[in-house]
Amino acid sequence: MNTSRRLVDRLQALVVMLPLFVFIYLPVATLVLFSFHAGQVPVPPFEGPSLEWYGRVLGNDRVTGATLNSVLVGVLSSALATLLATLAAWGLARHHVPGRRFVEALLMLPLAVSYLVIGVGLLVALSALDVSRSLWSVGIGHVVLNLPLAFVVVVGQFDAAQVRLEHAARDLGASESQVFWRVTVPLLRPAIVAAFLLSLTFSWDEFIVAFLLSGFDPTLPVVIWGMLRSGLNPQTNAVGTMVFGVSLLAAVMFELTLLRQAARSPDASRR
Amino acid sequence: MKSSAWRGALLAAPAVLWTFAFFVLPSSAIALWSFFRREGGVLVTTPGLDNYRRLIADDTYALALQHSLETTLLVTALSVLLAYPLAYAIAFRVAARWQRAVLMLAVLPFWTSYVVRSYAWLLVLAPEGVINRALMAWGWIAEPLELAFTPSASVIGFVHFFVMLCTLTIYASLVRIDPKLRLAAADLGASRWQTFARVTLPLSAPGVAAGAFLTFVITIGDYVTPQILGGNTELLLPQMILMQIQRRADIPMASALSMVMMACVTLAYFALARWLTARRA
Repeated sequence: MNTSRRLVDRLQALVVMLPLFVFIYLPVATLVLFSFHAGQVPVPPFEGPSLEWYGRVLGNDRVTGATLNSVLVGVLSSALATLLATLAAWGLARHHVPGRRFVEALLMLPLAVSYLVIGVGLLVALSALDVSRSLWSVGIGHVVLNLPLAFVVVVGQFDAAQVRLEHAARDLGASESQVFWRVTVPLLRPAIVAAFLLSLTFSWDEFIVAFLLSGFDPTLPVVIWGMLRSGLNPQTNAVGTMVFGVSLLAAVMFELTLLRQAARSPDASRR
Repeated sequence: MKSSAWRGALLAAPAVLWTFAFFVLPSSAIALWSFFRREGGVLVTTPGLDNYRRLIADDTYALALQHSLETTLLVTALSVLLAYPLAYAIAFRVAARWQRAVLMLAVLPFWTSYVVRSYAWLLVLAPEGVINRALMAWGWIAEPLELAFTPSASVIGFVHFFVMLCTLTIYASLVRIDPKLRLAAADLGASRWQTFARVTLPLSAPGVAAGAFLTFVITIGDYVTPQILGGNTELLLPQMILMQIQRRADIPMASALSMVMMACVTLAYFALARWLTARRA
């Protein structure tokens, strides 16, 4: 291909990508910038920078309490979702379970249902059983939401190459437990970590199920929802920026885990 | 069953039981409750079609369904149309070693929470917001435009999120296309446009369908975006559902509306099933 054609291609790509990048980054950039705003209302022109609103937010008991709730629900529900998903993926991939496809479809089914409907379903069940709403019900809901995601992440790692490595280990005289601990688990660990991190970000950001089920123990997104009643407010910018920062951290760790795994996978040379 | 099958089933059992207890049973409860009704503050558990009759007869419900479907279809179409060129540019115009980084950069704001993202759009679209202030500073408008609290604002908020999601799914299917196929088409005399229309586009259909389906499911069920950005001129289905729960404590009606929503999602699935299932095979 000649150079002028390549130049035209580059320009075309730029013309396509630039406006879309502006569209994608405009709200987030505004959110972050005006969290450092010195004025009372987060609108242009920008004054500052100031850390006042971060100070206010960190001294806000509702926000700190809700953050604790969010961390608690996120860590516990993600750990449980990852555990259940890993056991199921392992059982289905290594053993010939009759009706395997049906079981897989059942485990993935919640992906095709709105979070709102899942939340309403649990709400109906709670009220039918006369159980009051709490962080526990939010946690149960978050496991339901994250189990299919964790399952997808983990089940993808039980590939043929891994089975070959396990066979090779057995052929070389490894016992069944040695195969598991020295071959299967090390190969799977990145996927398990990735599934946990992905669940954690989704739980951390999840609103509607927490809104319907949390009762008097709100998680952070529910408290932020309440803050919206005061309209445009730099404190909301500050909380929003912090929440975004945490999600981003987990997302980057998730991505790095997957990348490291891709580099280590026996299939890497073929990619 | 052999012992291996038992061991496999035993390992899968906790996940299956959890899904059954906390997803299948509650969903069945929604189905059942949708045939109950609330009358004078009490739950009447004699099954009947009252809620569904009201759904059809009462304009507010029919309108909410209509607005929901219109919004969802518009959002799905716009998201795919904007995401495709972006995914294409990243997959075929960005050097291979930069692709991963550019893709990650393109979807970074994906990781803002739903509530925060909608609030961020409010900062941009409000009468005092970034866009209006900029346009007025440049002298293009004298009065602020009414951007926030309109149905268009919800569409913008939705499309923002789903452009990123669809870029991911479409990119994934574009890079999976064997480069030899595109080269072969060119060698056989196809123009760039023909190569795109006859080779690239059909082969990327699974990514488009996956993105479109996810967009449809999440948009039609989302309460946050229209509630924050949409104003109160056009209520959507999720807002109606929450209204039944919060203001009227009418869980049977909320259940009937949820059933309608699930029916829409099922229809969307069957419309796209050809490409969605092709992907798994």
